[in-house]
Amino acid sequence: MNRVRHRRGAEIEGAAARRFDLRRLLALIRKESLQAWRDPSTLLIAFVLPAVLLFLFAYAVSLDVRRVRIGLVLESQGASAQALAAAFAATPYLDVTFARDRRELTGKIVSGALRGYVVIPQDFEHRLAEPGGRPLTQVITDGSLPNTASFVASYAQGVVQTWRAGAGPEAPRAALVLEPRYWFNAELESRRSLVPGAIAIVMTIIGTMLTALVVAREWERGTMEAVLSTPASVAEILIGKLSPYFVLGMLSTLAAAGLAIFVFQVPLRGSLPALLVLSAVFMVPALGQGLLISSLARNQFLAAQIALFSGFLPAFMLSGFLFEIDSMPVWIRAITFLVPARYFVASLKTVFLAGDIGSVFLPNLLTMAAIGLVFFLLAKRATRKSLE
Amino acid sequence: MRPSDAPAAAAPRAGTEDAVVIDGVSKRFGAVWALRDLRARIRYGRLTGLVGPDGAGKTTLMRILTGLLAPDAGRAAVAGFDTVADKEAIPVATGYMPQRFGLYEDLSVMENLRLYARLRGMDAERNADLFAELLAFTRLAPFTQRLAGKLSGGMKQKLGLACALMARPKVLLLDEPGVGVDPVSRQDLWRMVQALTDDGMAVVWSTAYLDEAERCGSVLLLNRGELAFDGPPADLTGRLRERSFRLEGLGARRRAVLAEALDLAGVGDGVIQGAGVRVVLRAGAEAAPIRALAAREGARLAPAPARFEDAFIDLLGGGPGGTSALAEGMPPVDLASDVAVSCRNLTKRFGDFIAADNVSFEVRKGEIFGLLGPNGAGKSTTFKMLCGLLKPTRGEAHVVGLDLRRATGAAKSRLGYMAQKFSLYGLLSVRQNLEFAAGVYGLEGAARRERIGEMIAIFDLGAWLEAPPQTLPLGHKQRLALACALMHRPPVLFLDEPTSGVDPITRREFWTHINGLARKGVTVMVTTHFMDEAEYCDRVAMLYRARLIALDTPDALKRGAASAARPDPTMEDAFIRLVEAEDEAAA
Repeated sequence: MNRVRHRRGAEIEGAAARRFDLRRLLALIRKESLQAWRDPSTLLIAFVLPAVLLFLFAYAVSLDVRRVRIGLVLESQGASAQALAAAFAATPYLDVTFARDRRELTGKIVSGALRGYVVIPQDFEHRLAEPGGRPLTQVITDGSLPNTASFVASYAQGVVQTWRAGAGPEAPRAALVLEPRYWFNAELESRRSLVPGAIAIVMTIIGTMLTALVVAREWERGTMEAVLSTPASVAEILIGKLSPYFVLGMLSTLAAAGLAIFVFQVPLRGSLPALLVLSAVFMVPALGQGLLISSLARNQFLAAQIALFSGFLPAFMLSGFLFEIDSMPVWIRAITFLVPARYFVASLKTVFLAGDIGSVFLPNLLTMAAIGLVFFLLAKRATRKSLE
Repeated sequence: MRPSDAPAAAAPRAGTEDAVVIDGVSKRFGAVWALRDLRARIRYGRLTGLVGPDGAGKTTLMRILTGLLAPDAGRAAVAGFDTVADKEAIPVATGYMPQRFGLYEDLSVMENLRLYARLRGMDAERNADLFAELLAFTRLAPFTQRLAGKLSGGMKQKLGLACALMARPKVLLLDEPGVGVDPVSRQDLWRMVQALTDDGMAVVWSTAYLDEAERCGSVLLLNRGELAFDGPPADLTGRLRERSFRLEGLGARRRAVLAEALDLAGVGDGVIQGAGVRVVLRAGAEAAPIRALAAREGARLAPAPARFEDAFIDLLGGGPGGTSALAEGMPPVDLASDVAVSCRNLTKRFGDFIAADNVSFEVRKGEIFGLLGPNGAGKSTTFKMLCGLLKPTRGEAHVVGLDLRRATGAAKSRLGYMAQKFSLYGLLSVRQNLEFAAGVYGLEGAARRERIGEMIAIFDLGAWLEAPPQTLPLGHKQRLALACALMHRPPVLFLDEPTSGVDPITRREFWTHINGLARKGVTVMVTTHFMDEAEYCDRVAMLYRARLIALDTPDALKRGAASAARPDPTMEDAFIRLVEAEDEAAA
């Protein structure tokens, strides 16, 4: 008995002296997985929340403009004016209310019932007959919704031009006819670019938010102190903490991609391995950020707040997912270079809508990995100084 | 438990006499010195108490010994390893149980054990004998599949201990293992630790309860980061021999006698103990004045065994005087009825869980009434129903004759409430906190200014007026909370754990005020887990598992627990006795 005990003692000392021990790591991973599996909020955040987000972005949020309500003031009684009015009524993109006097419509613009109106002036026939020169119609739009306003303006002009090109018999033939084609998303359906972008949001939630929360919880409940007082090294503790959430994030990505392709009919023009590699590399900065937040905050409430402001919101607004980066002011554009989601969203849009394009992926992958490395180094430093 | 039941400790390293050597250790956080030039040695085979009030530096020292913190100056060695240079070896040689045990609440007992075993390089399968040994030792074998979060405080503590014992450490460090644990489980833990030290292990037990120090083989007494005493507790209490007395049989006069005794020049410290008063004379003081006081009151003056807490206060130069400036300035309370607080069949359910079950009692005007019980026994629930913060599921409660269910607002304006942890507004300054309390109770104009000024003077808050409450020392925080609760001079005062973590001198001062208030006719309701504080109460209600299991004077409760083996039981003994009787009846 005594000898057995002695031998065991030597064994323990040997294992403990090692800085990295696979069995300790596996024990930590097992513990973390059990905890994640038993905590209903983990599964809620990893699977239910992403599904809800994807459905919202696929169905509820739409950047497309359909059946915009506008007014049409028909001041002229001429046959051509009537024909143009009919052309307006026929387009599926506009919902037209007719009036004889612009005063009838001003109130409706103010109340928001109409988004703008088009005036066909009294001398319309006369202007039409003139060779070139004066504009044919006047367009008034509601500038408080800039996107819709510019849509109304350009679409109203489009209707007039089309009508003139086709129906206007005595109209001068245009020398060139512009026929635009949109690549990658021929119908300009916003869903097709939103759904891949939403995957980046989901991954940010799992990688950054969930990680920040679970690590902060260990500090809050005092278990981190207990584990730090065992022979386990900081590297083992951190890897043990993160690997289950890495796997969870990848599973969630697969589920989200499945939903995107089979339910929302978003094409996957690139390959699945490319998508998985991109997601895996994006998990590096996402997890690193979560880890850094929790080692600084060490309190679940604060960690959630910081993760929201430094992870979720930038991924939402500064990644090019919802708002195009090119239309941002220069200094905000500069900030977006620090947001890892920016590189992931660009890559996701490419892999879904364009295909496997190495020249796009490679710089993005490298940048994400570099940002991730910085986060990890900072987090390691903050954790080593542990209890100070 | 026989010593042989304990898992054997590894033999100490040859050539090292001391388990722990602390050599000139200092540590500061910002401007605050947590530890200052600490020097001490801890021996193998002995239970060493690391004793001191909150903020004394106990946890900081524990963390330095486990290598989790590095000292700013000086060095520490545990089991022969330097805590900085040989940091990697510390976790192998020591077992550490942090405050709140460091358990994963969503893992089962067995999963927690396995995790800590593997982290220490052991395997449950290959070390089945060790697991069986630990489970038998902690008596956790029947609960291996239960989630740690669903264990009682006492069982959590035993599981935490089992996890810390996993690697058969030479030195076991326990950080406040007694907090949140009922007296019965604590008793169990003492027995287990005894068995471990008998096998040669060095055990360090940190605690803010000074009475726990008396059970330790040796004590390191910390006060504000400095070592106040190092040695066997009897050495310290021995200094009070011939200076510690009990005035017996005072009855209702005891509060007045205590106040008078404390104001005598030769008396350094005194507390109420049942129907009598215990006093400690200053070193070298004459016993004649106290003899005269006893003779005048017709009380018997008997020598009494000194307690560790008395010795600590003596070490710090004695406690406060006996007169409460707060109570002096207050007019006597005038109530129509003699019953200040009453409740009948008070019951509270939270879903399936019954937090309070048919609790009934009456509290007379001017009485100090204590609610005692382990965590989760229903103290706080009962308390909250009595001051209108919680609606009872069944039964009724009255405060100064007002029904709490119908006249909640009116009843609340007649009571003062001091919540656990003092609940002050952290974003307001001390002055603004006082102004808020005055405003919320409807004080205005000159009366308001005058009352606030009075509180500032009585509680000595002048230096802190513009500071936020969290920067105050704990004792001052407690004073501020009491000032806020008393702003409207309520006839009934509710105090929920008013002295947890506060140093003993501040506790004495606090009770001086409470005694003074009671003498003016203020009714005081108090919950506490300091068993000796229950002695200040006129009557004590003991709650256990949501039910009222005893209600009597402290003396009567203690008498009930007296036996041939223990002729002079403490309140804690009485409590353990009652709980055991209750458990037997239930079984």
